[in-house]
Amino acid sequence: MWKEQMEQKKVRPLSMVKAGETVKLAGIEAGRSLNSRLASMGLVANVEIKVVKSGHPGPFVIIVKDSKMMLGRGMAQKIMVV
Amino acid sequence: MKKITVALAGNPNSGKTSIFNMLTGARQHVGNYPGVTVEKKEGLCKYGEYEINFVDLPGTYSLSAYSVEELVARNFIIDEHPNVVVDIIDASNIERNLYLATQLIEMNVPLVLAFNMSDIAEQRGLRFDIEQLSKLLEAPIVSTIGNKGKGKSQLLEAILATAEKDKSRRTHKVSYGDEIEEELAQIEKIVAQKEEQLTQKYGPRWLAVKLLEQDSNIAARIHSREVLDVVTDSIRHLRAIFGEEPEIIIADRRYGFISGACQETIETTVESRHSASDMIDAVVTNRILGLPIFLLLMYIVFFLTFRLGEYPMGWLELFFDWAGKIITGCWPPESQSWLKSLLVDGVIGGVGGVIVFLPNILLLFLAIAVLEDTGYMARAAFIMDRIMHKIGLHGKSFIPMLIGFGCSVPAIMATRIIENRRNRFTTIMIMPLMSCGARLTIYALLIPAFFSKQWRGPVLWLIYFIGIVLAVICIKVLRLTFFRGETIPFVMELPPYRMPTVKSVCIHMWQRGWMYLRKAGTIILAISILLWAAMSYPKPPEQSLAGLSSEDAQQKRLAHSVVGRIGRAIEPAIKPLGFDWKIGTALIGATAAKEVFVSQLSIVYEVGSSDEQTKTLRQRLRADYSPLRGFCIMLFCLISTPCVVTVVMTKQETKSWGWALLQFFGLTLLAYVITLIVFQLGSLIGG
Repeated sequence: MWKEQMEQKKVRPLSMVKAGETVKLAGIEAGRSLNSRLASMGLVANVEIKVVKSGHPGPFVIIVKDSKMMLGRGMAQKIMVV
Repeated sequence: MKKITVALAGNPNSGKTSIFNMLTGARQHVGNYPGVTVEKKEGLCKYGEYEINFVDLPGTYSLSAYSVEELVARNFIIDEHPNVVVDIIDASNIERNLYLATQLIEMNVPLVLAFNMSDIAEQRGLRFDIEQLSKLLEAPIVSTIGNKGKGKSQLLEAILATAEKDKSRRTHKVSYGDEIEEELAQIEKIVAQKEEQLTQKYGPRWLAVKLLEQDSNIAARIHSREVLDVVTDSIRHLRAIFGEEPEIIIADRRYGFISGACQETIETTVESRHSASDMIDAVVTNRILGLPIFLLLMYIVFFLTFRLGEYPMGWLELFFDWAGKIITGCWPPESQSWLKSLLVDGVIGGVGGVIVFLPNILLLFLAIAVLEDTGYMARAAFIMDRIMHKIGLHGKSFIPMLIGFGCSVPAIMATRIIENRRNRFTTIMIMPLMSCGARLTIYALLIPAFFSKQWRGPVLWLIYFIGIVLAVICIKVLRLTFFRGETIPFVMELPPYRMPTVKSVCIHMWQRGWMYLRKAGTIILAISILLWAAMSYPKPPEQSLAGLSSEDAQQKRLAHSVVGRIGRAIEPAIKPLGFDWKIGTALIGATAAKEVFVSQLSIVYEVGSSDEQTKTLRQRLRADYSPLRGFCIMLFCLISTPCVVTVVMTKQETKSWGWALLQFFGLTLLAYVITLIVFQLGSLIGG
């Protein structure tokens, strides 16, 4: 799935996305617990993610399904988008 | 009077609390779910011929087994069988909020949906075909505006109608797609066969879904090997087809169901839910402005809590003085009646000692309620997080720690804004190292006694600095030992800014104050009376006091009492720190309240406590001890045993005497060791 897309070099971590861009979720590189938690907050495959603030420094701020959330850098590195 | 129980579920920030307040008014009661540190909020509502017990479940995004709050919410619904479950939904953010609803639907509970914040939804241009949506979700939908009290009677009507209805089978279920449905059917069959009890309790479909999701809590309840085998096979099969964990696909399909239902029934405009908030955030979380704004707000909170709190505290003190005089008046002037002493010094002193914290607590929680309800608290965590993270704490830890510089008691209560248990406990344990206002009275006595004018400022600063440094070290140690482990990864919702209502803020504030009185108050009173007894008894025989001045008599009484004797007894132990029995006695008295250290010392030195005599006390101290010893006394007071109220507070917030005693003895031990080192080294170098 998204791992194949990664091979096609379309996929990158959220931490590399600039403020103002809108991307789509490809997958999350994390254990089941984190995955489930993020899913319950709206982060499922293909959902639109609007990046409001892209860290550097400080947390990332994104809008997903009408919800504004902030994530630490470590988290942003685990979220793969396209 | 028919009695029913109704559970309120919903996402955090969905306005669930305001609906709960709307339905129950001030008739609320906060307790605990057994065995966990999750708060249980219940409230009563009388409507028509019904008495409804509302239980406000913890706000959750889901009902998985991954967090205590979710398990508590889920287990309450399954074990306690509320007559109705109301899911409170932020209507301006429907899709995400309905995720929880899909899980409630799957649990086959009698469900009512409250579309809350409908005013904001309307502002955004959202229009719902409520009838259609209600049919698809098979639950009545009521529009509400919780913080304005709108929709109360419609909601109650819907709740009662649902309670009276027979439990019917749902016709629309959330479908997970052919492949998953096939596996679910297989699991359902074998579970019904092999695990009858569980099937009865949870329903076959819900069980099957949970097993496929690898829910640890449910999996642990399965005894049958065959069931587990079938589940493992299914999971493997689905993993192979999809290249993902079934859990993820299931989550995905839930949103698919929601999307489908919403597309048919909701019209939206393009207006973003966050445009106004974004503008405010641009300033408030700005790289340059963010921190100063935050510090300014913190200063206001501190000022409000402590300065403003001085007024009611002053009035309370006057009141207790007056009460004391009235009671003393019942006996002849020179009476040494033990009952008089018990009532005036023990009980009134004790009660006064408890109530004196109340203004601070109320004001502090007023400020916290405003910060939380407006949504600013989340941003504050964001701003402080980078710094706090380096120490090993969450951004939200900053606020309680700051309050700790005023007084540990409300500060420890304030740690409840920290959701993560490990972070919260760590913050509570080191709170006494944030040198509180009461300790300032000790420094104010000792510093001018031992240090010349130009040194006074730096020494005071040094004491506070040492406190902070030690706190950071202790945090690191605690996080490596008792509270080891990854903190929950940092993801937090930033709700749109909102105007808080006076009603909700006041209810919040009052609840905390009442909890403090009820829970901590009684224990503190009991301990205060014990300490009073230890300081007053046993009394020396009357003849031995004849002819002594009042200060001399006082000193003799203290020396004769339990506290005095302990003070003498521990003298050999504290000698290596440079202390003698006089300091020892004062320190023991200080466990009641730090300010008592000063008054005890006055008694021991046979000095009265007026200002004139404080000067004398300082001279006497200077005569007896060197600056090094003076510094060591302050160091010991900084680190060591917090006052008894703080210890009780720690117990209340950690729900165990174990942690409270660990804090008490741990800090005392730390104080002993460090003061020992400082004194011995200091003596070697110069004395």
